[in-house]
Amino acid sequence: MTKQRSVVVTGIGATTPLGGDAKSSWEAALAAQSGIDTFQADWMTDHEDLPVHFGGQLATPASEVLPRPEQRRLDPNAQYALIAAREAWEDAGAPQVEPERLGAAIASGIGGVWTLLSAWDTMKDRGARRVLPMTVPMLMPNSAAGWIGLEFGARAGAHTTVSACASGAESIGYALEMIRSGRADVVIAGGTEAPIHPLPIASFAAMHALSTRNDDPQGASRPYDVNRDGFVMGEGAGVVILESADHAQARGAKVYAEIAGVGITSDAHHIAAPEPEGREQTRAMDLAMADANISTADVVHVNAHATSTPVGDMIEAKAIAGLFGSDADHVRLSATKSMTGHLLGAAGAVESIFTILALQQRQAPPTINVTDPDPELSLDLVRDTARELPAGDIAAINNSFGFGGHNVALVIRSV
Amino acid sequence: MAANENEILEGLAQIVNEETGLDTSEVTSEKSFTDDLDIDSLSMMTIVTLAEEKFDVRIPDDEVQNLATVGDAVSYIAKAQA
Repeated sequence: MTKQRSVVVTGIGATTPLGGDAKSSWEAALAAQSGIDTFQADWMTDHEDLPVHFGGQLATPASEVLPRPEQRRLDPNAQYALIAAREAWEDAGAPQVEPERLGAAIASGIGGVWTLLSAWDTMKDRGARRVLPMTVPMLMPNSAAGWIGLEFGARAGAHTTVSACASGAESIGYALEMIRSGRADVVIAGGTEAPIHPLPIASFAAMHALSTRNDDPQGASRPYDVNRDGFVMGEGAGVVILESADHAQARGAKVYAEIAGVGITSDAHHIAAPEPEGREQTRAMDLAMADANISTADVVHVNAHATSTPVGDMIEAKAIAGLFGSDADHVRLSATKSMTGHLLGAAGAVESIFTILALQQRQAPPTINVTDPDPELSLDLVRDTARELPAGDIAAINNSFGFGGHNVALVIRSV
Repeated sequence: MAANENEILEGLAQIVNEETGLDTSEVTSEKSFTDDLDIDSLSMMTIVTLAEEKFDVRIPDDEVQNLATVGDAVSYIAKAQA
């Protein structure tokens, strides 16, 4: 068997409820801060009947970063991705790469929902002739991938993986395969979501998926705590620059970590509920480790999907415990959604960035709000404060799961 | 109430500024939308849609291709308002 091309991370960028860039988001996470707060938006006053009044809004609003025409021509969904991509590209040292060897893979779970719903409001109030010509390019879920491809001149393909809350991780897995298969040398990969609009909130709340802890927003996202009552919706984007190791080495790029493997499975069980035994979650992790040619003995950290829902958190925890057996003893488990909230299609990308930085800086980020851990949790959860990871060659897993039964595990390795 | 040509020019310049980021002082009567202001067809359609609402006029799609310069658009809107 010929050796696969190694794929490394040479740039990172993010905009999240914790910070306007990757560095400030990571530092806030290490400092155990919450990015969650009560909505102050104007629309909130018209929708007092919403059962949820809080979430994770961007720490630095896009309107403070992007010029006015970009705010008008891009849905917030694409705006956030563009902010993160510009940071990541610059962080990677603006790689010199032939356009035909540069790809983009930018995921979203929902797409340009603000644009779609605002255009419908416009049409109802003022008629069809007032609907703006940019509506379609703004609402399409591949809009962010298109804009990023345009900005950086990516001609090796611009893609959008859509798998609900696994989308951001799946796009990194897709980018990995693009480079391994030889289609591209460099891929701008990640996920974005801008779901904080009354309708998505009402819709997720109708499923009883969201926490309704309106009197304690910062304490609402509490993965593995016995009093968890649902996830907290957040917005933002995470983008990484993936590059073949040879290409990165040839240009003397700094390297954060290696994306060593991906495992993708699907439950075929229920459209929204996870399969209760976590069989396909287990198999996704197993496939990712096999793809990376590592075993549970090599894994020291897991950034869990753990969204703070009563059912989901423990299915994943049991899947990890079952797969790792006694090797679970040396795994530091972190649930960073306790601080960011759940960024849906961006979650897997932002959490991959956290996992990359955890390996690079040997720090497992904390899980906040766990005052009373679920008695069924047998894993070593990093609570309240960050904890050190060992020296030497280490690996971590980032899990992401989504409605539809999507399971994506990424194996990331230190360099 | 109908706006005069200066007011129309000013309002149009604001729309162009919002849409493209071009300074309003760049948007003068003799400028061509495509050649001078680098406005593509999608942006032009957006500007037309916004101008229809702002000035309460109807600019039929067939007319848009005749609006080569900012001045052409100002004259058309002024006439349509009359």
